[in-house]
Amino acid sequence: MKSKTTQKLIPLVATLVSSATSYAGDLTATIEVPRLDVAEYHRPYIAAWVEAADRSIVADLAVWYDVEMPNKEGETWLKDIRQWWRKSGRNKELPIDGISGPTKPVGEHSLDAQLPKMNTGSYYFVVEASREVGGRELIRIPFDWAENTTIKQSATGERELGKITLNIQSK
Amino acid sequence: MKRIKKTLLTIALPIIGLLSTAEAHRIWMIPSTSTLSGEDQWISVEAAISNDLFFPNHYPVPLKFVKATSPSGKELELRSTAEGKIRSSFEVLLEEKGSYRIAYENKMLFVSWKENGEYKRFRGTREQAEEKELKGKEALKFGEYFTRVETIVTSGTPSDLKLKGTGVEFSFETHPNDLYFGETARFQVLLDGEPQAECTVTVIKGNDRFRDSVDEIEVKSDSEGFIEINWPSAGRYWIEAYIETEPGEFLGKPVTCGSDYVLTVEVLPE
Repeated sequence: MKSKTTQKLIPLVATLVSSATSYAGDLTATIEVPRLDVAEYHRPYIAAWVEAADRSIVADLAVWYDVEMPNKEGETWLKDIRQWWRKSGRNKELPIDGISGPTKPVGEHSLDAQLPKMNTGSYYFVVEASREVGGRELIRIPFDWAENTTIKQSATGERELGKITLNIQSK
Repeated sequence: MKRIKKTLLTIALPIIGLLSTAEAHRIWMIPSTSTLSGEDQWISVEAAISNDLFFPNHYPVPLKFVKATSPSGKELELRSTAEGKIRSSFEVLLEEKGSYRIAYENKMLFVSWKENGEYKRFRGTREQAEEKELKGKEALKFGEYFTRVETIVTSGTPSDLKLKGTGVEFSFETHPNDLYFGETARFQVLLDGEPQAECTVTVIKGNDRFRDSVDEIEVKSDSEGFIEINWPSAGRYWIEAYIETEPGEFLGKPVTCGSDYVLTVEVLPE
């Protein structure tokens, strides 16, 4: 099963944009929702974002939850993606244009995004998953940002997330 | 340490009218959850005086002294209220975004005296005590204590909590709904709005029923009244600060006075 979400990023932090040492970039990632042998299964809520070395959020990339439930009922459980909720969700008007999307079935899902201009330095690509009557998992992939750099990385979750691949090209 | 122990006995025991037990009962209020997303969320709150944190096993907290205040300062109706034998409970609807304060506040006079060789006790207001014809009683002693027990709950983005300016309270440099294992929380201890240096604050993790020792942590406020807490793990915590205040006077006798503050918080894993 494969689905594709194309998303545009709103540059969030104006202070990160300084002319000499900051670069924008293109990000492509895949996030695998693993098949789990459990009695009661609900699709996980998943958020993906980029954060700075001090762990503050630089850009939201995706948040997949029950966007289509009536009366915004799906938002009730967004707090369970707890790091994302703390860093970003609770400060936003929901749904977030181009970022919010429906939950995904078991399988690999791709994510395309344009990264805002970011200063050279260390960053993390973060994926957090939380499942109703299930567990929670957070994966952080570190990367260094510089001009004309290609970043290819991957990581594999242990419970709630499968394989995560990350490809970024800085401009 | 000694003083806190003594305080728990002198305050908690008279509150619940217990005369003989030497256990340190603790008063607490715990919300079903303290961080919420979505619209118009309900929480339920349980309040009790018990031995174990946070399991009711002794006395309910009287709800007439409990107030829930919305982020904009509106007093909210406590719904589905119940005062049972061992606990009280209620529900609150969170319609506004921001931080809610749910607090029990009560000031009580405790009286003890000797009559026919037996120790007698009474608790209540000064007005009630005046009707007791206590003047001239043997070994007559008074204590008057203000107790505040609170918990904070946030829907959406946490907001600043307005200070009360009375009794002991914390000014939250770290928001009480933004506590995480691995991070240091910083609160300022205030008495009647003034920072309190050298104040001992006790921190106890919940679920003490499932371990052999209480493992209480004691932290002391610095010269500006700040305390720093490093949580040993994620979970629910009970925090108490007690300050003895200027003695008062009643029926021509000195009154020992104090102000007690209890805060319960949730500390999340990273």
